[in-house]
Amino acid sequence: MHIIENGNVAAALGVMLCRVNVIAAYPITPQTPLTEKLSEYVESGEMKAEYIPVESEHSALAVCIAASSAGGRSFTATSANGLLYMHEQVQWAAGARLPIVMCVVNRAVGAPWNVWNDQQDSISQRDTGWIQIYCADHQQIIDSIIKAYWLAEKVSIPIMVCYDGYILSHTYMPFDVPDQKKVDDFLPPFNPDYALNPHEPANLNTVTLPDVRLDVRGELAHGYMEIRYLLHEEMRKSLTVAAEAEKRFVDIFGRGGDPYIEPYLCDDAEYVAVGLGSLTYQLRVCVDTLRKEGIKAGVMGIRFYRPFPDIALANALKGKKGVIVFEKALSYGYEGALVSDLKSALYEHLAGTGTLPVVQNIIAGIGGRKIRTEDLTQNLRTAIKGQVTYEPVWIGLEI
Amino acid sequence: MQAKTTILSLPTEEFLHPGTRACTGCALAIAYRIGLKALGKDTILVVPPSCLTVLQGLFPIASTKLPCLNVTFASTAAAATGILATLKAQGKDKIKVAAWAGDGGTSDIGLQALSGAAERGDNFIYLCYDNEGYMNTGVQRSGTTPIGAITANTPFKGKLQPKKDVSAIMAAHNLSYVATCSASYPLDLFDKIKKCVDLPGTKYIHIHIPCPPGWGYEPRYGIKIGRLAVETGYYDLYEIINGEFRLTGASEKLVEKRKLIPVREYFRAQSRFKVLTDAQITDIQKEIDKKWNEYYKKED
Amino acid sequence: MGTRNYRRKTSHSEPGPGDGGRTGSWRVERPVLNTSLCIPCKRKAEACFICWLLCPDVVISRTIPPTIDLEYCKGCGICAEECPTKAITMVDESAFSEENEGKE
Repeated sequence: MHIIENGNVAAALGVMLCRVNVIAAYPITPQTPLTEKLSEYVESGEMKAEYIPVESEHSALAVCIAASSAGGRSFTATSANGLLYMHEQVQWAAGARLPIVMCVVNRAVGAPWNVWNDQQDSISQRDTGWIQIYCADHQQIIDSIIKAYWLAEKVSIPIMVCYDGYILSHTYMPFDVPDQKKVDDFLPPFNPDYALNPHEPANLNTVTLPDVRLDVRGELAHGYMEIRYLLHEEMRKSLTVAAEAEKRFVDIFGRGGDPYIEPYLCDDAEYVAVGLGSLTYQLRVCVDTLRKEGIKAGVMGIRFYRPFPDIALANALKGKKGVIVFEKALSYGYEGALVSDLKSALYEHLAGTGTLPVVQNIIAGIGGRKIRTEDLTQNLRTAIKGQVTYEPVWIGLEI
Repeated sequence: MQAKTTILSLPTEEFLHPGTRACTGCALAIAYRIGLKALGKDTILVVPPSCLTVLQGLFPIASTKLPCLNVTFASTAAAATGILATLKAQGKDKIKVAAWAGDGGTSDIGLQALSGAAERGDNFIYLCYDNEGYMNTGVQRSGTTPIGAITANTPFKGKLQPKKDVSAIMAAHNLSYVATCSASYPLDLFDKIKKCVDLPGTKYIHIHIPCPPGWGYEPRYGIKIGRLAVETGYYDLYEIINGEFRLTGASEKLVEKRKLIPVREYFRAQSRFKVLTDAQITDIQKEIDKKWNEYYKKED
Repeated sequence: MGTRNYRRKTSHSEPGPGDGGRTGSWRVERPVLNTSLCIPCKRKAEACFICWLLCPDVVISRTIPPTIDLEYCKGCGICAEECPTKAITMVDESAFSEENEGKE
């Protein structure tokens, strides 16, 4: 069924369709309409779930961690400082291998206070062991949540579904709400290997030693390092599992495609703009303009930021003359986190082959600073002309 | 009213294995062992970092025979809520959830989550075992460390502030049940858990736990010291049922006897109070006497 | 042999004794029961069992006579201190040195 609604409602509908058992959330702009909508679904009886109005984001994820450990499918959502306040729990959920799905409605972090959009919040959680998916429109929001539960439960790794505050969360767009029956076909009930229960008592997340140790049966159990290695290894493998998820999704719902990257006019492009989230759709407008000017440009949207689809990106960007990476976040003291990751991938897979593109980093929209399409286009033109700068270029900076 | 449990009627089934990493003479181990008997088999535990984390065992061996979720320091009560939410969603209403946290994990870092869960009325039992300091990290002061106690970060003068009254804070949440217990009176703890476990909403039990290395006494005297805390009128055993306060057990008997052991005996039995001056002890004694005169008046 | 095929991929501990090893080796003094003073032994009936109630380490049995599992008893002495008839005394482990040597 096609409807016109805002991005937060798209997310709420996705959560309802996934038959989530436990929702816990604490209000923070611009996430609030999502959790208000879920409260409505639960209180009206439209959705059968427990909604826990917790007293903090730290507790929101604590509820999800415990609910998931007891075998319930759980959901939370947050933004900005809410996500930062959760940080300890974010790491915990990954180390405990709990398939929680969390929406991050991207917003700038304090100080100073700022409620507008950038992506510093989720980017700063890059190394927590969560899969991160970035959405560019409302259809991707609802579809990503459904795919995320399937993938998370398959690989026992939590997933952040990130979408830009206001630009997606509060704007209205048409999108298709999948049939419940199809979602049920796609996503079986959550059936973890172990759920806390008195019949099979176990003590979870116990202190774990640096070294391996024998268990009560005399079998050699992991040390901390093995447990953490497995998280990394299975995170890397989850790219393949994500491809499987995408294929199943296409089979059942008839839409989708490449699970980790979303190329636009990239095949014959000499220059490719790269980014995360809604910015990549805005960049399509710039590329259309440049194409009219005879410049062979394309856009590469990155859907999965972690695990990083390094091979897919290196293959797609191989032999391009220039790659221009747009980011709404940065690693202070160096450059955008994405551009560092991307350069590393290109170096790893293309160094010495004569196919390494020139890479330019552009920072835009920090704290909700307006991103004019014509500014994006102009910066693309400048970069394409070969005027690559050592430091990132900040669009719209008035200093 | 339920009959008082005696040693002979106490269930014999044990939920704790021997060979734990708890210190020699750990009174927490006594309270925990007897508390688990009261909670019974159909219980899921939640534990934040604390001495109990160590007592419970290191991967891959658990000392406890009940399922347990170890959680982050500040999240104990919220985690209890999360387990309950899944149990409710799955219709497994018979399984109880019990949180066991230390005094730091309760009165300091865990207070926000505990207050949140109590305000929501989430149906679980929260047991704070109060050894009056961050003992697991090497005896630092906590909100419940009493005035005058030497800790690793009140090394010379002793703690300057009085003990935080967590039970009173929890009582202000209008809970169905708030009680204080002591490891020295394990049967009282057993009966209080039994009494409240099926009451609605959040239940709070505060347990005084003598700690040999933290308090400075020979391990064998742990029970005696816990008893002294009660018999000097320094630490009171009571329960608050739907807002109604009453002294219980050994403290209730003190009202009948009207004779408190001088608190000096309690302080002098532990090296942590060695910097408490006679004048300070006299002041504390006055406060205790005042408090007990109020109890006596109420009784009359 | 590594741990790759271990059944769990998280810190998932199963109940069993002796997480802290044979904690009996911590003991400096050993509790010794004098059955002629022990109440249930004298009465030949279930009684007292304060030692069982107050043992922090679950090493005293609720039997007549009560037995003490020396493999895990840490020797805290609470049983001796709380026994109403002083039926348990704490004896320096050096008195059992021959026996200990045999075990090593």
